[in-house]
Formats: sequence, structure tokens, C-alpha cells
Amino acid sequence: MTDPTGGPVVATPPEEGGPAHGAAHEHPSDLQYVYIALFLAMVTAAEVAVYYVKSLAGLLVYILVTMAVVKFSVVVMFFMHLRFDSKLFRRFFITGIILALFCYVIVLSTFHIWHR
Amino acid sequence: MTVTDHDVSVPEESSTEGSHHELEPGHPPTSTGLTNEKVAIWAFLGSECLLFGGLISTYLLYKGQSNPGTIRPHDIFDIPYTSVSSFVLLMSSLTMVLALSAIQKGDHRALRVWLLTTALLGGSFVAGQCYEFTVFVREGLNLRTNLFGSSFYIMTGFHGAHVTIGVLMLLSLWSMSVKGKLPSEKAEVVELIGLYWHFVDIVWIVIFTLVYLIP
Repeated sequence: MTDPTGGPVVATPPEEGGPAHGAAHEHPSDLQYVYIALFLAMVTAAEVAVYYVKSLAGLLVYILVTMAVVKFSVVVMFFMHLRFDSKLFRRFFITGIILALFCYVIVLSTFHIWHR
Repeated sequence: MTVTDHDVSVPEESSTEGSHHELEPGHPPTSTGLTNEKVAIWAFLGSECLLFGGLISTYLLYKGQSNPGTIRPHDIFDIPYTSVSSFVLLMSSLTMVLALSAIQKGDHRALRVWLLTTALLGGSFVAGQCYEFTVFVREGLNLRTNLFGSSFYIMTGFHGAHVTIGVLMLLSLWSMSVKGKLPSEKAEVVELIGLYWHFVDIVWIVIFTLVYLIP
């Protein structure tokens, strides 16, 4: 096995990038998946309930964004197995999210969306 | 991959064509120990973050810019209805992960049941979205009504198209399984489509909060 310049390639042990595909890290059991889904359902119900509570109107954005971040993270970590898979996948995905956030926060700031 | 000027560091038997599986027992024959397909799907999902980030940002930018007197978001949103749709899509992520778990255990009957359930839940979500669109159009909001209408339909339409593609892939998997063409050794195919499916779910988590719930 050689690289395009003709030099030899050293195989990187899977451990360097975190556990490789099919590695020893255990995924949650079926029952744990059900518990995670119940938790997500409860957070969704709480989101909708908060939407109708008039006294929380001032904090609505912060509460809803926090709940969405919690739901997003739980699905990514447990259903998409990012918590158990190779760190390389985490880097790919988090880089995409950070790039998207960075890029679009700049765009929205340019149009003064936060002051409307 | 690390390139050196020294001798090849992989075991002798791994350096020859056709014997790569001996590189690391139980791992794919790549230098990272990860399959190319799985790396590709994660890179694809990372790029999809940018696509949906663009669509959501455009919506946020335009939703308050419509002409006075035209329909505004919270004039027509039906939060209880959309909450049920969101719940349906969220639960489809559970059935998808149970399908993956089933094929990894070699339980093909359960795999087919969970795949079909996921496709049905996804189909219900898309049907619900079509119904929502027809209600909105009947109330006078279409693509050309105002900036809110344009950005809303394009964003949620793109998401709906992703869900529809996901449903088609799930039905293909189900069909392959029925024909016996989806053995346990191909569990990674289910995993890759599952990753795509969970991604459309997390995009909806963001849309539901930012578009529907936040005034």
C-alpha cells in the first residue's frame, strides 16, 4: 500500500480515531431506546405546554431553544450512536454544525435580525 | 493515513491485494478501521447541516418582512396539529433504531416490522404536511403571497422531500428483506439509512422550535 507520491502508508490503528466501526462499545438496549424516546416525547410535550403559558412569554425563546438543543443532542448521541462511534464522525458532524451556525449567525447579524 | 519514508508498517499479509481483511480483525479494510460508506454518510450529513442552516436562516430573515396586511406565521399555524406531526416523526426515530437493533441481532421478522412501521410513520408525517399545505393555500398563503410564504414553503418543502426520500429508502430496505437480500452481514446498510432518517428528525426538531413555537 503506497500513497500517490510512491511512499509507503502506515495503517492507523482504529484506536487513534476512537472506537472503530463495530468496536466493543455497547449500544443501548431496546428498552433503553424506549426510555430515551419517552424522554423525548416528554420534552416535546413540555415545549408545547410552555408555548401556551403566558407568564413565561419573556423567557419563551430561551426555554424553547434549550429544550430543542437537549432533544437534538439526545437523538444525535443515542439514536445516531455518535456517543459510541468513532470520534471522526463526531468531528465531521460537529464541524458541519459549527460552520453552519457561524456562517448563518454572521448573515443574520448583517441584517440586524436580533434587534427586530 | 500517515506517510513515512520507511518500510510499510502494516503486517506483511495485509499489504497484498485481497487480504486486507487481516489488517485488523473485525474491522473494515481501511486504514482508519471505518467503512468508507459510513464516513461518506457522516460527511454528507455535515454538509446537509449547511443546506438546512441556509433555509432556516432565510426563513428567519424573511418571516417579519412581509407586506402589512398579508398573512403572518402565527395567523395560520396550528400548533396542536404540528405538535402531533412532530411527535409522529420523533417516534419514527425510535422504530428506526429498533429496526437496526433487530438486524444486528439477526431478527429479520422484527426488522421488517420496524422498517414498515418507520415508513408508515414517515408517510403519515408527509401526508400531514401535505394536508397542512392545502389548508394554508385555502387560507390564502401560497408561494407568491409574501416573503413568509415563499421561505416557509421552500424550507418545509425541502424537509418534506427529504422525509419522502427516506420513506422510499425504508420501503426498499423492507422489500430487500422480504426477498431475503438483506442478511445480517448487511446491517450497515440499515445503519446508514437510519442515520439519514435520524438526521431528518433532528432537522424537524429545529424547525418545530424556531419556526412554529417561537413567535
